[in-house]
Amino acid sequence: MALFKNLTETQIWKSIFRHKYPDNTRDQALAVLSNVFLHLHPIKVRKSGVRMSFTWCMGGVTFFLFLVETITGILLMFYFRPVVEYAFNDMKDLREVTPMGIMRELHRWGAHLMVITVWLHMLRVFLTGSYKPPREFNWNVGVILLVLTLLLSFTGYLLPWDQLAIWAVTVGTNMARATPLLGHEGPGAALLTLGDIPIITAGSDVRFGLLGGTVVGPATLMRFYVLHCVFIPMIAGVLMAVHFWRVRKDGGISGPL
Amino acid sequence: MASTTPPTRTANAQLTRRSFLESVSTGWFIFTAACIAGLSATARFFFPNDLFEPPTRFKIGLPENYAPNSVDENWKAKYRIWVVRDGEKIVILNATCTHLGCTPNWLLTEGKFKCPCHGSGFYRDGINFEGPAPRPLERFKLSLAADGQIEVDKSRKYQKELGQWNDPDSFLKIS
Ligand code: HEM
Ligand code: FES
Repeated sequence: MALFKNLTETQIWKSIFRHKYPDNTRDQALAVLSNVFLHLHPIKVRKSGVRMSFTWCMGGVTFFLFLVETITGILLMFYFRPVVEYAFNDMKDLREVTPMGIMRELHRWGAHLMVITVWLHMLRVFLTGSYKPPREFNWNVGVILLVLTLLLSFTGYLLPWDQLAIWAVTVGTNMARATPLLGHEGPGAALLTLGDIPIITAGSDVRFGLLGGTVVGPATLMRFYVLHCVFIPMIAGVLMAVHFWRVRKDGGISGPL
Repeated sequence: MASTTPPTRTANAQLTRRSFLESVSTGWFIFTAACIAGLSATARFFFPNDLFEPPTRFKIGLPENYAPNSVDENWKAKYRIWVVRDGEKIVILNATCTHLGCTPNWLLTEGKFKCPCHGSGFYRDGINFEGPAPRPLERFKLSLAADGQIEVDKSRKYQKELGQWNDPDSFLKIS
């Protein structure tokens, strides 16, 4: 005990922790306030806010799964090469020979789970009426997070580069052909011409920009890899920070009506 | 003898409220334009000039190589087409399902194309008869090259529902 006391008296310890052991309300508040991660969280939470039957903890579980996906995903990047010659075999290796390759399974199942929990979270926010003012902005942040979660699933789906992946993404991205104005089969696209040369063609529409070609091919694999591993998680991470901050700023988790 | 006003003061006095606001708005205008230009240039980055895809014009051998009343699957993997010969007429079918773009299979015993994705079925001439596909398979342009081989041009397609299957470039008559 004396050793611990001496430890907490050292300059190193005191430089890290700006408060005493948080066994009183003041130090508890300081513990949250002085920590860059915790300060997104409200200092005090209403009793109903921690009741499982009110929140189902589905937002929390979704965030937990996002962290699981981030960690297992970064681990997978040490082995997986997003090139058509290697992708499928690297994925098979992860499943069958790589030590602790179960990371791949954790990542896949975690992704499925996250889609389920994010829907359930939205359902509970709806059922408890928590989308109402002053929380309407956070509902919209949530809608974007939902879309980003689905896009993470969709981009990740292509990476194993098996038949299921290629055709699912072929079918999915074919819908982009019908984008109004920007898809070459979409309404209004035929109106965009230079003289009689069409501007929006199979080789210049949004689908082409998304796939990096006219079919799901090597360029698509690379694009989806970068979107999946860097671009979407980064945006989702920033929006989650906003989301949690707004829960705090909108008066904490809503109470029962 | 000594001047009471420092020279910089006089210079500043020429900056009127109006000219200040003008230069500020010009500045913002240029900044906004530069941002838009930069963003469009970045968007262009996502549209490559070189593609690693099979050519759209290619030769597939002599017409005699294709047996009458047959569906030839030999070019499917490479060019995603079927060569269908009906009596004396050869057409090139696009092996892309008109539902959502999967590649159907030719089921010889059942005499039909069947899509594995959602079950669309097409007769040998490409006309849809079951499943969600809303229209017949597309056909591609074909012609006889100088060396007697069939030359396919995938950049020209013919759709039945647009009445384009009567176009003389959409089939090849063997005499
Ligand atoms: C990546 C996805 C998401 C994560 C990680 C997330 C996380 C969270 C967390 C941890 C909370 C605290 C309360 C709770 O756990 O229920 C919360 C609250 C909230 N979420 Fe989400 N959320 C996500 C998506 C969404 C979606 C799709 C919506 C709705 C469209 C939404 C709307 C809200 C609202 C309005 C609140 C405040 C609820 C209240 O005060 O009772 N969120 N979110
Ligand atoms: S893509 Fe062929 S049936 Fe849907």
